Amino acid sequence: MELIQQLVNGVSLGSIYALIALGYTMVYGIVKLINFAHGDVFMVGSFVGFYAITVMDLSFIPALLLSMVTCAIFGVLIERIAYKPLRNATRIAALITAIGVSLLIENGLIYVRGAQPEAYPNNVLPMDKLDIFGVSISSQSILILSVSIILMIILQFVVHKTKIGKAMRAVSFDSEAAKLMGINVNNTISATFAIGSALAGAAGVIFGIYYIKIEPLMGVLPGLKAFVAAVLGGIGIIPGAMVGGLLLGIIEALVSAAGYSLWRDGVAFIVLIFILIFLPQGLFGKNRREKV
Amino acid sequence: MKKKKLAGVFLSLSLVAGVLAGCGDSKTSSSGGGSSDSGETIKIGANLELSGGTASFGQSAADGLKLAIDEINKEGIDGKKLEIVKVDNKSDAAEATSGSIKLVSQDKVVAVVGSATSTNTLAQVQVAQDNKVPLLTPTATNPDITNKAGKLNDYVFRTCFIDPFQGTVAANFASDEIGAKTAAIYVDSASDYSKGLAAAFKEAFTAKGGKIVAEEAYVTKDTDFRSTLTRIKSAKPEFVFLPGYYEEVGLILKQAREDGIDLPFMGGDGWDSPKVVEIAGAEALKNTYITNHYSPEDEDAKIQDFVAAFKKEYKKTPDAFAALGYDTGYYLADAIKRSGDASPEKIRQALEDVKDLQLVSGTLNLDENHDPIKSATILEYVDGKQTFKTKINP
Repeated sequence: MELIQQLVNGVSLGSIYALIALGYTMVYGIVKLINFAHGDVFMVGSFVGFYAITVMDLSFIPALLLSMVTCAIFGVLIERIAYKPLRNATRIAALITAIGVSLLIENGLIYVRGAQPEAYPNNVLPMDKLDIFGVSISSQSILILSVSIILMIILQFVVHKTKIGKAMRAVSFDSEAAKLMGINVNNTISATFAIGSALAGAAGVIFGIYYIKIEPLMGVLPGLKAFVAAVLGGIGIIPGAMVGGLLLGIIEALVSAAGYSLWRDGVAFIVLIFILIFLPQGLFGKNRREKV
Repeated sequence: MKKKKLAGVFLSLSLVAGVLAGCGDSKTSSSGGGSSDSGETIKIGANLELSGGTASFGQSAADGLKLAIDEINKEGIDGKKLEIVKVDNKSDAAEATSGSIKLVSQDKVVAVVGSATSTNTLAQVQVAQDNKVPLLTPTATNPDITNKAGKLNDYVFRTCFIDPFQGTVAANFASDEIGAKTAAIYVDSASDYSKGLAAAFKEAFTAKGGKIVAEEAYVTKDTDFRSTLTRIKSAKPEFVFLPGYYEEVGLILKQAREDGIDLPFMGGDGWDSPKVVEIAGAEALKNTYITNHYSPEDEDAKIQDFVAAFKKEYKKTPDAFAALGYDTGYYLADAIKRSGDASPEKIRQALEDVKDLQLVSGTLNLDENHDPIKSATILEYVDGKQTFKTKINP
């Protein structure tokens, strides 16, 4: 019974990682940039959701949508202001810029509202406990899990069945050729940032409701963990990010279950190291040769 | 170039001034005793956090101290009045050190009431030792303040009990009042405070014949505790000791209740913040207890008199810091009275010799480390509010 309970814990945590990892992986897939500011977009989403619920008195779904829209705009702004001018610069320049943007967002928010933590109200979602064969699952975690899954299904639909999704896949495959085919590469990249950031915003609200406490530096560790999840699944591959996120959540839960809770963060990064050594393309990645 | 020269001149000037101040300082410490008792008033220094990050602690202690001194001055001590010389250490350790030096060397106080937090009090310990002026902190609970690595700081005293003592009290409460035979400990491994309480709890609980069935740890800033809580749940303890700070404690309680852990939880004064109620919610705080220095709801006549006097003066309910600040005033006044000539050395001796002094936060006695042995108050959360449960004597 304990094992099943731990798996439930792991899946709840993992679905949050998965939502953040999707943004990482989409952006990497299309511009080959590890967007380290992504964890902070997640944090901003969490705060937008918090203020939407407490100040504007919105309920869960409107707050979630508002946060997603705000984050989408925020993500596009980051891309247009910070990354677009560096599109043809070296990749290391863009990477360092991403770290700079991340620090700017974190400390900017601390400057504006201070570093004190905030607590999500407890009554956003109904709190019922379901006991299934001795495994207790809160109705919150079920709702959170279903929201995550619905968002992932919508994402799959967007990527595979819509025009913009087709453009995204084309740019990711070969941006030069896509440009020759008349695809607006800049808009496609912006759309990718918008979608990825919206998912991070949703993850932020879900995180806030599930874990209550939010603060300006909350995005750092989940951001890094989501990066590990993205690499684990194969960076640039969307189903890989989902599986990687869920897997990482379960691994962490099992490490704690074995009594090594202090090693939990360490194990997540050990996973990263092992993946990079033994399976650099990730679980779902194809071992493609470098294009010359 | 010119600026540099000017700076050099200033620097050397200030160095000279420092040397001179040093000289004056050593002179006063040898003759300070004689001069202080000839005046009309007896000067006491107060080096507190009146601004900065922990200002709410320092301000509370200052309010309590002032109330006590005002009451004492109605009668005076052998015809003399006490005068508080306040220094704001801005919640900063360096400021606390220089503030203490100023109090001792310029204002020539007979004793210094130290800071509300352990860090800022530790920064003054050396000044007190070097100048042989007693330092009495109202609320700094770190054991190192009075006794570092087996060496007693003989000029340093405190009014509050130390951290590990709360663990002992919690263990007694768990086995005597709750009747728990088995307990789990969930500790913040990044905090010395938490580990100190946990070690004391473990020792006292096993001494009472109880069994620790699970020992788990987290680190400050963790947010997901569910997996570890599930482990604790399956170890089937009757009681969980959780000596953390309010942010993580709030999250742990909430997640524990969600996972169906309805056990009694208990912690120390690290829980004592409105944030814990905000984060966990009143429902999750059901069946939880904390140890604290005092409760304004205690029926004890001395406490109720103090609460009424404090409310009249400041229009608010005194917290533990205010109560300990108030007690510090009385402890010091008592020592000055018994010292006879109000010299720092005699006051030090009198502070050390204290016996069964009745204070708001309990009856005060010192152990050989200058750490108070006195009763602790157990508070229970009812509907998200702290309510007085019982008082445990050591």
